Amino acid sequence: MALDTYTVRRIARLARIHVDDADLAPLADELNNILGWIEQLDEVDTDGVEPMTSAVEMVQRLRADEMNDGDLQDDVLANAPNAADGFFAVPKVVE
Amino acid sequence: MAMLNELTIAEAGAGLAAGDFTARELTDVYLAAMDAATGLNAYTAPTPERAQNMADASDARRVLGDTLGPLDGIPLAVKDLFCTEGVLSTAGSHILQGFVPPYESTVTRNLWDAGAVMLGKVNMDEFAMGSANITSHYGPTINPWKAGSAAAAGKDLVPGGSSGGSAAAVAARIAAGATGTDTGGSIRQPGAFCGIVGMKPTYGRCSRWGIIAFASSLDQAGPLARTVEDSALMLQAMAGYDPKDSTSVEQPVPDYAAAMTGDIRGLRVGVPAEYRMDGTPPEIEALWQQGIDWLRDAGAEIVDISLPHTKYALPAYYIVAPAEASSNLARYDGVRYGLRVEGEDLIDTYERTRAEGFGAEVQRRIMIGTYVLSAGYYDAYYLKAQRVRTRIADDFRDAWGICDVILTPTTPSAAFAIGEKMGDPIAMYLNDIFTVPASMAGLPAISVPAGLSGDGLPLGLHMIAPAFGEESLFRAAGVLETAAGFDARP
Repeated sequence: MALDTYTVRRIARLARIHVDDADLAPLADELNNILGWIEQLDEVDTDGVEPMTSAVEMVQRLRADEMNDGDLQDDVLANAPNAADGFFAVPKVVE
Repeated sequence: MAMLNELTIAEAGAGLAAGDFTARELTDVYLAAMDAATGLNAYTAPTPERAQNMADASDARRVLGDTLGPLDGIPLAVKDLFCTEGVLSTAGSHILQGFVPPYESTVTRNLWDAGAVMLGKVNMDEFAMGSANITSHYGPTINPWKAGSAAAAGKDLVPGGSSGGSAAAVAARIAAGATGTDTGGSIRQPGAFCGIVGMKPTYGRCSRWGIIAFASSLDQAGPLARTVEDSALMLQAMAGYDPKDSTSVEQPVPDYAAAMTGDIRGLRVGVPAEYRMDGTPPEIEALWQQGIDWLRDAGAEIVDISLPHTKYALPAYYIVAPAEASSNLARYDGVRYGLRVEGEDLIDTYERTRAEGFGAEVQRRIMIGTYVLSAGYYDAYYLKAQRVRTRIADDFRDAWGICDVILTPTTPSAAFAIGEKMGDPIAMYLNDIFTVPASMAGLPAISVPAGLSGDGLPLGLHMIAPAFGEESLFRAAGVLETAAGFDARP
């Protein structure tokens, strides 16, 4: 399942990481090297084995559906690269 | 007072209790030592004023007889992965530049509530992804140890990673102890490389709340310290149930230091055949055998065991951890905190922010993780890896039928020079070959400094216990520590 540069571009797009065209081929080589090494997992017989979903056996707790926090607008916005009028400000998304 | 930073946490606590010195004096010695050791690049954000204020508060409590426990007045370093209120917290990443959390992580809050003094934040691999502390945006931390041989003499060595700043700071006596986090070996491997104790508790023992997430099903906080007892004292304060982390476990925290009775007669120590790997240096094999002999001489029963899926833990880890990382790191988009690189539109802003803000290794893992979770590949990669993970956990479960703890080497080598293994990600990943299986199974494990390599560098022995078996782990590690008598220092 070797990745080609087209697939690498698609992954980069899904991951929202800008990759210059010139970097696609070397990146494909790097990723293929890692994925090739990972493929040794095919040797393991996992028929009928449940995927692990929790590292430690425990019952999922449910908390009461009550508001226990809030009114922290200033804290929430304190680290924003760009905030205005109590909102995060971003480039225009609707024409 | 110049020698106060040589004391262990337990010794310093006794000195404070006896009135031999004050917390302020102890803290000032550490602050001076930090100033003299900036060349190690261990601290990313020292907090000297906060440290002095916390030390003065500790002294004031002591005068009133309100001392909070064995950590009251003890100066500690905090890995930059922990959010600390009002103090820069960046996970060693450019993308979190300038991020000052308005909240405190539960683990550090627990330490301050126990009276500990914060010396500052310490360096780490970016987002805890690395085994050499070379992926940090702050540049590499330097191991205080130097190799003895002519070929390696004078070269700067890596401290291991990802908790490299924590390990280097404790080894260099510029922190009495430090917090770390361990996802696949990130406490234990740097502990071994720097000649100190590194301990990863059971998954769920410490709250993950306020720790910047890497791989949520694996991440766990733990202590780095100079002795097993100090590690026990630190974990005692760090651990505990936290309603803010739904995977934190609602179980009382035992008295870990009290578990160190020094008596392991009858303890069954498992030695897994699969950890004898081709290419392991003879000095690592020899140290392992020495560890087996030490424990047998102390009255333990040595049991040969098999963990058949050991070799698959690392490749499975490199599916699970990047998959979870790609999801966790989706939040860094240049909108709510940290770096923003303006693009042509919102999507371009996201993409350029993340391209500039994340380093090469983090980008590589996000891409791997995105791929293995993408439509059509999820079953073949991610579900397969989670099934292999079940197999690994089952191996351990079978082993616990015939042994109480497991003894292995911590790492396949001693610390290497900065610049080595940099061009080959898989060579770097192999550093964690002995530590990753316990991570995948969520088990507690500890690395104890046990000897020196031919080059005069520290080597660690590694012990694994069943889930919530921290007490037997500390007990056995204490015996190992006494037998090894490791007193070499950088």
